[in-house]
Amino acid sequence: MELNRRRFLGLTGAALGAGALGKPSRVSAARAYQPPPDAYGCLVDLSVCVGCRKCEQACNQVNHLPEPERPFDDLTVLDDKRRPGPEAFTVINRYYTGRRDERNQMAPTFVKVQCMHCQDPACASACIVGALTKKPNGAVHYDVDKCIGCRYCMVACPFQIPAYEYHDPLTPRVRKCTFCFERISKQGGKPGCAQVCPVEAITFGKRSELIKLARQKMVDDPGRYQPYIYGEKEVGGTSWLYISREPFAKMGFLKLPNQPMPHLTETIQHGIFSYMWAPLSLFALLGGAMAVFNRKRDQGEDKS
Amino acid sequence: MSAHSHAAPLQGKARFWSPGALVMAALAITGLLFVVGRYIGGLGAVTHLSQSHPWGLWIGVDVASGVALAAGGFTTAALAHIFGRHAYEPVVRPALLTALLGYVFVSLALLVDIGRSWAIWKPMIFWNPNSVLFEVAMCVMIYTAVLHVEFLPVVAERFAHGFKASLANRSWPVVALAEAAEGLLAFLNRNLGKVMWVFIIAGVVLSCMHQSGLGSLLLVAPTKMHALWYTPILPLLFLTSAIAVGFPMVVFENTLVSASFDLADEMGILSRMVRITILLLGVYGALKIGDVIARGVWPLIFDGSVQGRSFAVEVLFGIVIPWAMLLFPKVRNHRTPLFIAACMVVGGVVVNRMNVFLVAFQPPYPVQSYFPSVGELAITAGFIAALMLAYRFTVYFLPVLSPAGKEANS
Ligand code: SF4
Ligand code: SF4
Ligand code: SF4
Repeated sequence: MELNRRRFLGLTGAALGAGALGKPSRVSAARAYQPPPDAYGCLVDLSVCVGCRKCEQACNQVNHLPEPERPFDDLTVLDDKRRPGPEAFTVINRYYTGRRDERNQMAPTFVKVQCMHCQDPACASACIVGALTKKPNGAVHYDVDKCIGCRYCMVACPFQIPAYEYHDPLTPRVRKCTFCFERISKQGGKPGCAQVCPVEAITFGKRSELIKLARQKMVDDPGRYQPYIYGEKEVGGTSWLYISREPFAKMGFLKLPNQPMPHLTETIQHGIFSYMWAPLSLFALLGGAMAVFNRKRDQGEDKS
Repeated sequence: MSAHSHAAPLQGKARFWSPGALVMAALAITGLLFVVGRYIGGLGAVTHLSQSHPWGLWIGVDVASGVALAAGGFTTAALAHIFGRHAYEPVVRPALLTALLGYVFVSLALLVDIGRSWAIWKPMIFWNPNSVLFEVAMCVMIYTAVLHVEFLPVVAERFAHGFKASLANRSWPVVALAEAAEGLLAFLNRNLGKVMWVFIIAGVVLSCMHQSGLGSLLLVAPTKMHALWYTPILPLLFLTSAIAVGFPMVVFENTLVSASFDLADEMGILSRMVRITILLLGVYGALKIGDVIARGVWPLIFDGSVQGRSFAVEVLFGIVIPWAMLLFPKVRNHRTPLFIAACMVVGGVVVNRMNVFLVAFQPPYPVQSYFPSVGELAITAGFIAALMLAYRFTVYFLPVLSPAGKEANS
């Protein structure tokens, strides 16, 4: 290996310098992400929902999804636990939690499931091309024109929401609740599901207002609710919020940490790559080693 | 790079279509048929991927293990060129070739795995610096290019002289083209050596970056990962294991190749090389075991679950036993026991990558559990077979191996 040692050492010095300059910025490289302050959200009051599946139907219509195998007024669908999928962005699941009604019958509780539109979404942090983004209005928006179909968003989502069109050979899409992005971008627009709900179990509004509303409901009707707003703190907060009569753990809600999911990976990424200090330092270090070890060899023996 | 001059093509010294090569060809063709199926019926038609398990065998083996096992390339380059241990030169070229082919096939596997194969270029335009996958993709892309540059001297050496001579009685455009190619290669041959150090160091840096980056991938999903593998030092474990598997991988391929072509092997070099592995594998093992103890999750190993047992297999057969074996000169100096130990280290890293990407991944609402389909297995086998054929083809026509290895390092 022939080395022009002077030029080499010069470059090494430059790299070391860059490394040294870059280093202090590591401190400031802590995540700067702030969730949008004016995000919209939806508050789902599980104590009100009657499980009519009208929201599923509305969602199907506003998103132009294919006709389901079994019609929306067929409530036997609720006998199975379902997950949102490529052809249904929201589903209602029925739980029997042990609560009994006035006639001492087992009373069902219904849970609407859809993308939570996290305030600090794991899917958006993970997406290789930034096809998923948190919009100022709160929606976590999917841009099919960027997507390459790596499905890392599906790996990352703690709520297991993004669904994939596995049977499309060339142009499969990631599918999930859009928060009716177009509708809520218009003045006075509401998501299809929130608009249609006959018992007003879904309230659409500014997330900060919805949290106040949830607290107010708990004050106004003491004993009706668990003293907990699901989604207020989970994974750094979500745009969709739930309040309930029964404990959330009994109805398929996940126990999740309050720390946003992307925290660790982004801290590592930004720690290492701010001003490329780590790669450049390593380059300099190896360059130094190369110069030293190869000089030793040149002195020690004849070059073959 | 004068030490390379011992390397020579095997053309004329061995048969290309050995029975093993024919089996490889059959496997590669079978895999190709399933790839065609994937582009007709979609991923759903040939894989068991589901809404709860978006990543499967291809990510765990073809991509993650493939990248790890290509680590022989940057570890030998670092040893011979950066740390100046030039006695190891005869194994640098074959390891470089393994790495080069490894990365090409990792890219091909990714192409098949991503839903929109034709959009694979998009990360070059649409950047998401928050995404670990973006970082890994960029490093892999640049490193693959660097590997091609590192390999250029081999091609240049072969064709810089006598390219034209072999075409003596062709029509003039062909000769002119050959002359131009020859000129370019001769130029590269003369001048590449001067800047090669930049590429060699860059290759090592890029490798360190994406080897560890692969380990960061699943850190974004803490609630979906089994506690035995979910650790903040996962990137470090990926890096140290890749470094540790580098030399055993060289032993593995060198033994296979010399057996297959009936060449003298490089036992002298290999025995010395794996002494370093004792240290490297020891560091990895200590980190790995220390980690589960420090986090207090080690009792999970013995809870009788698939995960616990998988972890035990990975550590015991992939780290502890081969490490202990390598301590003995009797193992290091003899072809068969050394090969067995190397296989265990290589296998241990593959099991580790599968554990991290498949076994440890526990979706909260499992739609169905994941087990690879016939199609996934066939395509993975096909890729491995095609890689081996490509390796065989390259060493057959280009000066990669040093058939007189024993003389070369005396
Ligand atoms: S619920 Fe999942 S898909 Fe929806 S925003 Fe959060 S991480 Fe993304
Ligand atoms: S599948 Fe598409 S949206 Fe999901 S992470 Fe990959 S590129 Fe982004
Ligand atoms: S917000 Fe829109 S897309 Fe989401 S569940 Fe409601 S109707 Fe469907």
